[in-house]
Amino acid sequence: MARRFDFGYFVREGFRSVFTHGFMSFAAVCMTVACLLIMGSFSLLAVNLDHMLGDLERENEILAYINEDYTEEQARAVQKRLEQVPNVSSVTFVTRAQAKEDFLEGRETNPLLDSLPAEALRDRYRIHIFDIELLSQTKAAIDAVEGVENTRAAEDVAQGFVMVRNITTGVALVLIGMLLFISLFIIANTIRLATFYRREEIAIMKMCGATNGFVEWPFVVEGMILGLTGALVAFFLEWGLYELVGQMVVRSSGLSLVNLIRYQSMARVILPVFCGTGLLIGVGGSLVAIRRFLQV
Amino acid sequence: MIRLIEIYKEYDNGTKALKGVSMRIEDGEFVFLVGPSGSGKSTLIKLITGEIAATQGRLMVNGYNMNNIRPRQIPYMRRTLGIIFQDFRLIEKKTVYENLSFAMRAIGASNRELKRRIPYVLELVGLEEKADRYPGEISGGEQQRVAIARALVNNPSMIIADEPTGNLDPQRSLEIMMLLERINELGTTVLVVTHERALVNRFAKRVVAIENGRIISDETGGYYNGQTI
Repeated sequence: MARRFDFGYFVREGFRSVFTHGFMSFAAVCMTVACLLIMGSFSLLAVNLDHMLGDLERENEILAYINEDYTEEQARAVQKRLEQVPNVSSVTFVTRAQAKEDFLEGRETNPLLDSLPAEALRDRYRIHIFDIELLSQTKAAIDAVEGVENTRAAEDVAQGFVMVRNITTGVALVLIGMLLFISLFIIANTIRLATFYRREEIAIMKMCGATNGFVEWPFVVEGMILGLTGALVAFFLEWGLYELVGQMVVRSSGLSLVNLIRYQSMARVILPVFCGTGLLIGVGGSLVAIRRFLQV
Repeated sequence: MIRLIEIYKEYDNGTKALKGVSMRIEDGEFVFLVGPSGSGKSTLIKLITGEIAATQGRLMVNGYNMNNIRPRQIPYMRRTLGIIFQDFRLIEKKTVYENLSFAMRAIGASNRELKRRIPYVLELVGLEEKADRYPGEISGGEQQRVAIARALVNNPSMIIADEPTGNLDPQRSLEIMMLLERINELGTTVLVVTHERALVNRFAKRVVAIENGRIISDETGGYYNGQTI
């Protein structure tokens, strides 16, 4: 008799089994959706926090004051040297006159400042950097550039940002890891309950001479179907939830400070991650669940 | 062909189920294995089907050395056996035809093989009209005939029937036994484990009696007189 791998049969059996054990399938999909939603929401929160911190970080700048004796032309020549300093992302030249204007903005009513000469201020550069963690080193490197008299940067604020970001990333990773583990456990138990009803079927198959692979494949297919269904449902539910919460946050804060990332722009990452996690918990749960019934 | 040489089986809880059993069943034989509850009959069947391993002794089943068989070879060994249980063990959610096709699928048979073999086996057990019924819709005797058909469908060289008539009335029991006899006449070795003295004595086949983990008699054309054997 021919021995062959009948994938079509396994797929049919997998689908049949999803529908004949409708309630357990529903329970497994619900569990997958719940786990993915919790993990997804937490990840999205972490990503948005990171994004917001990044925005704030980018606004953090180093001011480099140029030697008072330099002419404007000489001062402008310093730009090239500053751009070569490692970790520097952008360098903007601010003339004395521009600096004075900036300084007077909002202080127009102060008569004492009317006679302030532009020479009282120095030419300067606004310097943005890539990595805020390297602020001190970058500041020191800029200090050493010829023509730079001194520098100023809000190092305390930068350190605060770095600390907040490190803590959020760490907490997010630990929580996501824990949730993934709990999800796997719950799914495995749900599927184990489903397979418990079919232990007789498995025992009969084994007695007829079925190999473990033959018994496992329909369960693997079933796990894939349940995992993927859960992932798709969770993807769209997460979308709705994200939009809803996003609107509520923006409305209640009333500030443009909260700048959420659009769900659509993250969808290309979220969908594969959800599908991958759904498949992992579906198939992994199936295999874990039937393993012990195979010992016949 | 089955060969047991000085087989001992002791369970983890210390129960000594078999104490030096030696026996040989040749191809084409019809053998009754008789004995009271707890005598070691079920242990013997479990050893033959590869569900458990012997503590000591040598066991050969249809060319497979069960002493050093690899777990992945067990399914292939089982394909040489057709097993029938007292409680039929049919899948309730599948029709008679599907119960048989399920067993054939389990060993990788093609659709063509299914279509050729299943009607033949159903006819052999007299159930060709009931192919589309579910187990719950047919009688106990018919369910056991489906189980026999399932055991036969993969054309095994040996049928092992564990108390096949335990749940049936005397008339149905006799029919089942006659069916097994006919299957044996067609060339399949048959090993029947039973309590039913009247049936055993009516057929006058080889009778192996086991008690307290030991074979106490083995006679061809023998008789079984219950507890006093």
